[in-house]
Amino acid sequence: MKRNKLSYKVSQFLMFAGPAALLFLAVVIIPFIYGLYLTFTSWDGIAKEKPWVGFANYAAAFGDGDYWMAMLRTGIYSFFAVILVNIVAFTLAYLVTSGIKGQNFFRAGFFVPNLIGGIVLGYVWKFVFNRAFVAIGSALSGTTVPSLLSTTGGAMFCLILVTVWQYAGYMMLIYVAGFMSVSDALKEAAMIDGCIPAQAMWNVTIPLMRASFVQCIFLSITRCFVVYDVNLSLTKGEPFNTSVMAAMHVYNQAFTYKNYGLGQAEALLLFVVCAVVGVTQVYIGKKGEVAA
Amino acid sequence: MTENDKAARRKKIMHACMWVVLLILFICFISPFLLVIINVFKTKGDITANPLSLIGEHGFTMDNFPQAMDKMKFWRVFTNSTIITVCATILTILVSSMASFVIVRNQKWPACSLLFSAMVASMVIPFQVLMVPLVSVYGGTLGVLNHRPTLILMHVGFSVSMATFMFHGAIHTNIPLELEEAALIDGCTRWQTYWKVVFPLLKPTIATVAIIDAMAFWNDYLLPSLVLTNKELYTIPIATQAFYGTYSTDIGLVMAALLLAMLPILILYVLLQRYIVEGVTSGAVKG
Repeated sequence: MKRNKLSYKVSQFLMFAGPAALLFLAVVIIPFIYGLYLTFTSWDGIAKEKPWVGFANYAAAFGDGDYWMAMLRTGIYSFFAVILVNIVAFTLAYLVTSGIKGQNFFRAGFFVPNLIGGIVLGYVWKFVFNRAFVAIGSALSGTTVPSLLSTTGGAMFCLILVTVWQYAGYMMLIYVAGFMSVSDALKEAAMIDGCIPAQAMWNVTIPLMRASFVQCIFLSITRCFVVYDVNLSLTKGEPFNTSVMAAMHVYNQAFTYKNYGLGQAEALLLFVVCAVVGVTQVYIGKKGEVAA
Repeated sequence: MTENDKAARRKKIMHACMWVVLLILFICFISPFLLVIINVFKTKGDITANPLSLIGEHGFTMDNFPQAMDKMKFWRVFTNSTIITVCATILTILVSSMASFVIVRNQKWPACSLLFSAMVASMVIPFQVLMVPLVSVYGGTLGVLNHRPTLILMHVGFSVSMATFMFHGAIHTNIPLELEEAALIDGCTRWQTYWKVVFPLLKPTIATVAIIDAMAFWNDYLLPSLVLTNKELYTIPIATQAFYGTYSTDIGLVMAALLLAMLPILILYVLLQRYIVEGVTSGAVKG
């Protein structure tokens, strides 16, 4: 039998999966392993030799106060952004599936921010915060007010607001699919049994949409933890580095301060924290899933 | 009035209220874009004086556009972005659909299952973990940065796992094995069977992958900014970032540059809105 020969299998595999496997290996697997090696060196990005330093980078990463401040900030930002994104997205999904006029138009409109990259969105909002909001604020109060972006807490608030605006439309589409998957018969049965609409929503629709919640929360957590583009264009870490998120800190550590080994170790820790939070959330979420 | 009439009226009022709420939310959502559009036709002085007025004191002006286009080299960056997005999207589709075909049909081969599980596992790795080694291998050791093909192949490499995963699902559930067997009996080779029978049946998934990946490639900033440092090769997001760095005080030009950066994808969205929303939804729900 020709089809059981090893050479046949190898040639088939290489013919179909060869290019994909090669590219995947070249840009994901090899850099990942090489990155693990880099965390044990004190390379500056230029020198030929990469001195072996053992676990010194991890020790330095644990002792890097700025890094942990950035991580804490990222945690706070993600916490508020994830909750708000999901509340707004769920509300929008409810409104655009209720059967009112023009719901497809609204759906398409809420999705628009997702079409445009974080860099451009950040600059658009920078204009809104620095010019439009300042103009409104000054007109209302009679004096010139400072921009929200130039105040310490304000910059974080702006980042959260832009994130909610950016992702709500995307998550809305997932919730819309969730709403569509709950059959009307179940809701009607609940209403006949005496539920008011709010009860039917809380006791029937929401439990059946659990998978949508798990997915949206997972996606928003993993995106918020590594936020970079909007952070760079909207606040650039200012004022006084009080809005530097973890991903920006890692970038600066490696490429600006040329501590490649330390930067890579910090990136790896960021990944571990993000993965643990995301997987825990999925685990808890899946445990209580119900079937219709 | 009967009970039914009352219920119908209540429903109508409810719908009217919801419609108003939606409209207000909608205006909030698009107001940042509207602000850019009204200010792009004003002079720098008028924007600073009042960013909220519809028309500035010095009237309507189109001057911002040609200047911004010239200064950010709009047509060049637009062409760069288009070449990179189109090539990377097509390559991703070809390479990952082929891989998923051999993976689905030969699940017992160790190479197939190993590749697939490695791809699925890798989807949780954020780009931040790979960027430093990527730059040091391809910039330092091999010195192949600053070439368009490098960026295109890297884009493909990063998106291939997600795309393979989606094609895997589509082949697994939607392509009947009998169809392929019939083609084989009729004398097709595996290669011919794939291109003549399987690939054409994957059209819906191809559309989904194309939409998701093209949007991701078009808007990506971090990877292109690390790979392309030569101005000639800049894509739209890098050019926007560089433009803002140089002309941030000339707010009229900034407005025009931002609008130009958004315009291509917005025009595409108006034309293909239904497909984009559908593609993104099915991609998100499956992935």
